[in-house]
Amino acid sequence: MAYRHLVGARTHVFADLATLMAKATPVRSGDRLAGIAAESAEEEMAARWCLADVPLSEILARPLIAYEADDVTRLILDTHDAAAFHEIAHLTVGDFREFLLTAPSATLARIAPGITPEIAAAVSKIMRNQDLILVARKCRVVTRFRNTIGLQGRLAVRLQPNHPTDDAAGITASIIDGLSYGCGDAVIGLNPASDSVSTLSGLLHLFDDLIRRLEIPTQGCILTHVTTTIEAMNRGLPVDLVFQSIAGTQGANASFGVTLPILKEAHEAALALKRGTVGDNCMYFETGQGSALSAGQHHGIDQQTLEARAYAVARAFRPLLVNTVVGFIGPEYLYDGKEIIRAGLEDHFCGKLMGVPLGVDVCYTNHAEADQNDMDTLLTLLGAAGCTFIMGVPGADDVMLNYQSTSFHDSLYLREVLGLKRAPEFEAWLERIGLTDADGALRSDGPSARLIAAAPGLANRGLAA
Amino acid sequence: MSADRGPEDPWARLARLTPARIGLGRAGAGLPTREVLRFGLAHAQARDAVHTPLDAEAVRSDIAALGFETLTVTSAAPDRATYLRRPDLGRALTDEARDALGAEAGEGVDLALVVADGLSARAVHEGAAGFLAAFQPHVARAGWRLAPIVLATQARVALGDGIGAALKARAVVVLIGERPGLSSPDSLGLYLTLGPRIGRSDAERNCISNVRPAGLSHDLAAFKLNWLLTQAFALGLSGVNLKDASGDALESAPSSTLLADGAGRPDCA
Repeated sequence: MAYRHLVGARTHVFADLATLMAKATPVRSGDRLAGIAAESAEEEMAARWCLADVPLSEILARPLIAYEADDVTRLILDTHDAAAFHEIAHLTVGDFREFLLTAPSATLARIAPGITPEIAAAVSKIMRNQDLILVARKCRVVTRFRNTIGLQGRLAVRLQPNHPTDDAAGITASIIDGLSYGCGDAVIGLNPASDSVSTLSGLLHLFDDLIRRLEIPTQGCILTHVTTTIEAMNRGLPVDLVFQSIAGTQGANASFGVTLPILKEAHEAALALKRGTVGDNCMYFETGQGSALSAGQHHGIDQQTLEARAYAVARAFRPLLVNTVVGFIGPEYLYDGKEIIRAGLEDHFCGKLMGVPLGVDVCYTNHAEADQNDMDTLLTLLGAAGCTFIMGVPGADDVMLNYQSTSFHDSLYLREVLGLKRAPEFEAWLERIGLTDADGALRSDGPSARLIAAAPGLANRGLAA
Repeated sequence: MSADRGPEDPWARLARLTPARIGLGRAGAGLPTREVLRFGLAHAQARDAVHTPLDAEAVRSDIAALGFETLTVTSAAPDRATYLRRPDLGRALTDEARDALGAEAGEGVDLALVVADGLSARAVHEGAAGFLAAFQPHVARAGWRLAPIVLATQARVALGDGIGAALKARAVVVLIGERPGLSSPDSLGLYLTLGPRIGRSDAERNCISNVRPAGLSHDLAAFKLNWLLTQAFALGLSGVNLKDASGDALESAPSSTLLADGAGRPDCA
């Protein structure tokens, strides 16, 4: 069914809902690359006017990708909570925006299971950045494994100690550095350079030893392919969280070598290990706008809507953490700081609205028109929006993946400016070991030497002094 | 400005264990001034590597001085801004370039070598001729027939497919400036594709990455490329099914991660 909107004497026609959604999207390079972006500023606004009048029930009734053709669509529709949707079923997209701006936190939590990714994406397209911040801030998504993540007024940090050759001492050095800034409550999570199970075995034991020896209330994760992690669990290796990159279409997931049954198998295997102490959220997913187009599996759907569909995949496995690696993919998908900032706020909003514990890798590559000032801006906006977690990369420079993210220092900045605390169990640990004071501020005489001495594998490097 | 840490500082000793930026110290919640400036300089160099145009004439003359014939082509991306937004154009030859290559093609050759700006002209300026000098003896020893070396601007890896096909080459190797990291603005990648033709996928290529003074040396990279080419010709395949076993001592950085176009990580060019 075609959609029409009249502007003055001119009628803008949109062939179907997918076209309307794509043209209503604030323009970005990836949708241009796909040939589906609005062709003029007026067409973009006409599409937004038109989309605002579309009933939510119509979006639900018209899957953008056919039920028969795509298992993500089947997942979305088969698990849709009609009772939760009932409360908003009578609204148009435009009404829904106003509903969200008005609704208290409890209402947002109640309707989350009734919100499909297409509905979240649709409303986000007619929202300004401040709307995305204000509504996301009211959404509470709390998850637990060895600590409690997502409480109001809290911000967690993934400590990302990557090393170009997976050197154990080099990785440990970065972890100790990050801990000394009070980072690591979301997860200590490494992107390994190697995907061999023998390398991973060493790394899993390294993380497990470190977390046990220092009695850190947190979890470790080696971000390797889910099938490799399944193999590691089969071998009895100490796996806390299962990681996988996911996307919003069956075809894009296939290009990652992953299917919904494989994720289910991994989830069940990790649950059976019962390694969490305060909860059993044991999955960690990463996503990012543009991945489906990059894989040639986008079905003519705009990249922001497809990104929201990835959160539906994540939601099905009750993850501890999900993060959008927003600027990693490059300028052909998000060209500059403005596009990256908008996408980061959209992704965070859509995830939270759907009840997913969304963090953001606030990042860019050197061929994007962006710099650390843009990241400061997005970081601050996400802090205001109640972002679940951010990355902590030494000096913001990832020497393995060759991109820039946020640093340990950036987390200190955000805590100081916005008064954000760490996960409560982690905050208590930092105070107990003497690294922070009662307010959570770093002490100038923190126990660096003791952290170093207790780290496995460093003592024999003459570093235990 | 606070001073650098002394060598006896435990953080300074930790910092020697990794190229990551650890032990930076802090000024309140912020970085010390020297670290803010150090980061800014590294980013500036990486940005310059992306945006500095390739000095094709200088590179051509360096390569010609080694005794190679040369040709120059451009991709269908007319400028850098378009190149960055439209990877499809960076992978396509202009009609003019395709005709020019076709006019050069004779009976066919074993190998076409392409020197491409990619995302770091600096890597090409500083490394291409040096690598070719190191690779030249391997070509002579193997007796491979070479096409003229093609200099390509606003080029992505897959541009080599059209070039190799037009030159009737059994294999194409693209030397290309890789996406610059903050600490590696000068890195060349080498991409080998057997049976080049338009439409080859990244899974059909082998990649040797991180070729630069602080990474993989020209001699080692030339050795590895020779090994891969020899195997590719012998087995009749390249890509994920051709595993690099050119020796544990020569293990390079994990090139597989750089080939993962569509696997959640952008390709290096």
